[in-house]
Amino acid sequence: MPSAAVAQTLKTTPFHARTAPLVRAQTWRRWAGYQVASAYEPHPDREYAAVRSAAALLDVSPLYKYRISGPDAVRLLDRMVTRDVSKCRVGQVLYTPWCDAHGKVIDDGTISRLDERTFRLTSAEPNLRWLSMNSVGLDVAIEDVSERTGALALQGPLSRAILQQLTPADLSALKYFRLVHTTVREIPVTISRTGYTGDLGYEIWVDADRAVPLWDALIEAGTPYGITPAGIWALDLARIEAGLVMLDVDYYSAHRAMIEDQKSSPFELNLAWTVSADKGPHNGRRALRAERARGSAWGFVGLDVDWESLEKIYAERKLPPQLPTVAWRTSAPVSKDGRQVGYATSGCWSPLLKKYLALAHVTAPHFQPGAAVELEVTVEHRHQRANAVVWQLPFFDPPRKKA
Amino acid sequence: MSAPDSRRYDAIVIGGGHNGLVCAAYLARAGRKTLVLERRPLVGGAAVTEQVFPGFKFSVFSYVVSLLRPEIIRDLDLPSHGLQILPLESTVTPLDNGDYLAAWADPDETRRELVRHSPRDAEAAIEFGRLMHHMAMAVKPILGMVPPDPSSLAPSDLRGLLKLGGHLRTLGAERFHALYKLMTMSSADYLDEWYEFDPLKATKSASGIIGTFLGPRSPGSAYVLLHHYMGEIDGAFRAWGFQKGGTGAISEAIASSARALGAEIRTNAPVERVLVGDGRVRGVVLDNGDEIAAPIVVSGLDPRRTFLQLIERKELPDDLVEEVERYKFRGSSGKVNLALNGLPDFTCLPGVGPHHRGAFSISPSVEYLERAYDDAKYGSFSRNPYMDIVFPSMIDPGMAPPGKHVMSVFVQYAPYNVTGGWDDVKREAFGDAVVKTIARYAPNIESLILHRQVLTPADIERITGLSEGNIFQGELALHQLFFLRPAAKSAKYRTPIKGYWQCGAGTHPGGGIMGASGRLAAMEIVS
Repeated sequence: MPSAAVAQTLKTTPFHARTAPLVRAQTWRRWAGYQVASAYEPHPDREYAAVRSAAALLDVSPLYKYRISGPDAVRLLDRMVTRDVSKCRVGQVLYTPWCDAHGKVIDDGTISRLDERTFRLTSAEPNLRWLSMNSVGLDVAIEDVSERTGALALQGPLSRAILQQLTPADLSALKYFRLVHTTVREIPVTISRTGYTGDLGYEIWVDADRAVPLWDALIEAGTPYGITPAGIWALDLARIEAGLVMLDVDYYSAHRAMIEDQKSSPFELNLAWTVSADKGPHNGRRALRAERARGSAWGFVGLDVDWESLEKIYAERKLPPQLPTVAWRTSAPVSKDGRQVGYATSGCWSPLLKKYLALAHVTAPHFQPGAAVELEVTVEHRHQRANAVVWQLPFFDPPRKKA
Repeated sequence: MSAPDSRRYDAIVIGGGHNGLVCAAYLARAGRKTLVLERRPLVGGAAVTEQVFPGFKFSVFSYVVSLLRPEIIRDLDLPSHGLQILPLESTVTPLDNGDYLAAWADPDETRRELVRHSPRDAEAAIEFGRLMHHMAMAVKPILGMVPPDPSSLAPSDLRGLLKLGGHLRTLGAERFHALYKLMTMSSADYLDEWYEFDPLKATKSASGIIGTFLGPRSPGSAYVLLHHYMGEIDGAFRAWGFQKGGTGAISEAIASSARALGAEIRTNAPVERVLVGDGRVRGVVLDNGDEIAAPIVVSGLDPRRTFLQLIERKELPDDLVEEVERYKFRGSSGKVNLALNGLPDFTCLPGVGPHHRGAFSISPSVEYLERAYDDAKYGSFSRNPYMDIVFPSMIDPGMAPPGKHVMSVFVQYAPYNVTGGWDDVKREAFGDAVVKTIARYAPNIESLILHRQVLTPADIERITGLSEGNIFQGELALHQLFFLRPAAKSAKYRTPIKGYWQCGAGTHPGGGIMGASGRLAAMEIVS
C-alpha cells in the first residue's frame, strides 16, 4: 500500500536544528501545532533559575504573527482591541486582549508598531479570519507571517548584558514595551523589550532563514553569562509568578467557549487596565462600558497557599508537603467556609518566592486582596482544603523589569 | 570614658552572624527595640561574601545552604529581602582509576550511574534513602524545639520529653533501633551495612565528618549523616543549594529583614565586655569605651567567647566555667578559594560540562579519608585531604567576571592544633598540598590560578572569631548536642546571669546556615 504523504512529526520551529539535540529527555510538547521543548533537561529547575538569576533563551516561534499594513492599519486594530491603538507610537508595543461584541475575550497578545503604517500582532490562536472580518471596508493588508518569522525570548537579569554585546542598538535606552530594528551580528532583527516572564527581557524577531545563526550568536555571547536554553515548564513557573494569563489554561476564547460560563471579560481576567475608557468605537465597547459601571461578577487573582495549613494536611498522612515541580494546569475548586466561590486554573510552587501560588477566578466579594479562602488540594487521593490568601497580581514584579 | 549612649534598647545582640541577625529580627518582630553589634565592617560572621581579589566574589567561609529553616524564610519574608537559592545539582567523585562516580539531578540517571559500579548498591540506595527519610522525619522536630533535659523535673522539660517520647514511639521498633545505631556508630560502619562500592561509602561518609575532629571510622560520625538528609525532607521547599551572590547575600537578606522590622545594626562595633551587676546583665562596653545599656544581651558568639571572654569569671559558677573549658572546638577544616582564568579539566570527565555546575567530592575511598584523618590525629594537615569543591561562578555567573571563575574548596583535615602552630609558611604548604591533590584529578588547575586564598583554622579564628576555627561553634558530636549544647548548666539559650542569653551555633541545634538557634533563642527570650 502506498504511504500517504503525511509528516511523521509535528511542525518544527526555525530553531529546531539547534534546540532538538539539547532536549535530553525528549520532553516535547505541542504548541500551536509545533513541537517545542517542555524542558531541555529532565527537570526544569535550572532553566527556571536562569530566568530569575542569569538569562534564559526560549524559542517562542509558535506564536501566531500577523503583519498588518496600510493607511487603515491603525483603524483596524483600534476597532478590534480594547486598548487605544491610535496612541501607539512608532517603536511602541502594546499588550492587549480583544473581545467579541459582548465584551468577552477572544485572545490576547501584543501589537508592535513597526513603522507609521505597519504593525505586528501576536496571538495565541489563529486570528486571520477575525482580522479579515474586522477589516471590511478598510484599506489594509493582512499577512500571516507566523511561519517565516522566528522568535526568541531572552529573559532574565543578564539578558541586556548578553544582547548588548551583539547589537549596535543602545539597549539601555530601549524602554519597557518599546522595540528597535537593528542587527545582531549583522543579522537583521527586531528587538522588543517584552516577554512572558515578568523579568528584564527581550524578544528577538528574525526571518526564519537567519534563525540558526541568531541562536548561535546568542549562545556564544551568552555562555560566559550563564545563558540557558529553557523550555515551556520554566516559562510556565515564571508567568504564574508574574500573574500573566494563558489562553486555554486560565480562560477560554469566546470563539471557542461552548457555554456562556466559559467566557470571561477583560475585567474578569485582571485586565481592566487594558480597557480604554475613552477611545472610539471598538468590539465589545457597549458591554464593557456597562460592566465597568456595574462591576464584575468575577475577579482573577493570585492565591498564596498557607504553608502551615498545607503542612498540617500532609502531616495527618505522615508526609512532608509534596509540591509540584512543574506548574499544574487543572482546575481546583476555591471555597470560603466550605462553600465554593471560585476555581484556580494554574498553580505552582515558586522556587523564588518560596510560596505555593495559584491563579484563580473568584466571585465577588472574595477577590479583594487579603481575603481568606480555601484551595482544594488532593493529599494521598483525598480531597482536602488548604487555607489561602487572595493576592493582587502579580506575585513578583522586580524593579529591573522596567529599569 | 564617654557618655552612655542616649538611645534606649530593649535588647543587644552581640555578633552579626546569621544566627545573631535571625535572633535580632525575631526580637524586633516581637516589638523589642534591638541593636546588633558586629565587630567586622560587614555582617554575616562565617556567611560573608567578599571580593578578596578584584572582580571575583567569594563565599569566603560557609558556601552552600541546606538547612536554613523554612519557617524563618517565611516569618522573615527573606525572598523579598534577597534570598534566592539556585540549584546545585550534582556531585562527582573522581576515582583513582580515572573513572568517576556521579550523583546527578535526576534520580534515575543517578541510579543508572550507580549500576555501572554496583547494581546491588543502586537498589540499596532506594531503601537506604527511604530509611533515612524516616530517620530525618523523626529527628527534624527536634530542630524546631527547645531541647528538654531528661534529668530535669521542671514542667517544661517534662512536657518536652513527653512530646519527644511520644514522637519517637510512633517510629516503631525497627526504625527506633536504626536511629539508635545512627546515633552511636561510625559513618563507615553504618554505611557498610548498606553498601559495597567503596567510593560511594566514602563520598556518603564524608558528610559525617565535616566540621568534626572525627574520621569516617570514628564512632558518632554516623549521626552527622542525618543532617544531610534533613535538608532533603525540606526538598519540596527547595531551600538547598547556592545563594545568589554567595552566602553573604543570605546574611544581607536577614539583616535587611531585621532592619525592616525595626532592628538597628552597627558594624565596626566590637564588644569588649558584657556589663553585669547584682547577677543581672546591664549592657555592654564597646572596645572604644562606649557603654550601651540594655536589660537583655544576647551573645551570638561561641560558648568560649560568650562565657570566658565577655564575662568576668567571678560572675559565673565554677562548674559552668569548667564545663565550657572542656567544651571541644578543635577546628579541623580549612578553606581554599581560587580565582581562575578558566575551568579545570577533570581527567575523569574531560572538557567543560554540566558536572562543573555541581560539586566535586575528593573522597575516592574510605581509606583515603581515614588516612587524611590519621595525618590530623598526629598533628599535621592532611597531605591528601578530603575536599568538597564547587564553582560558584558556574551557578551564579555574577560571582566572577565573564569567562572567569571562582572555585571554592572546603578542605579537611587542617587541625587547629597543628604541630608547631600555624604560620605563613605552613599555610602556604597547606595550600600547595590542596592544589597538588586537585591536580591529580584536574592537571591543568595550577595554570588557571589567578589568585589563591588559603584559610587555616587559625585564619578562620582570626577573621571570624570562631574559637579554634571550628565552623560549627564547637564540634557537632553527640556529647555536645541537644540538652548538653553547650553545657548542661547552660543549655536552652540561658546563662546563669539574668538577661544574658546565647543564640549561636554553639547552642542547640548547632551549625550550618540554619538560623534555628537564633530563632529559638528569640522565642525563649520573649516568652
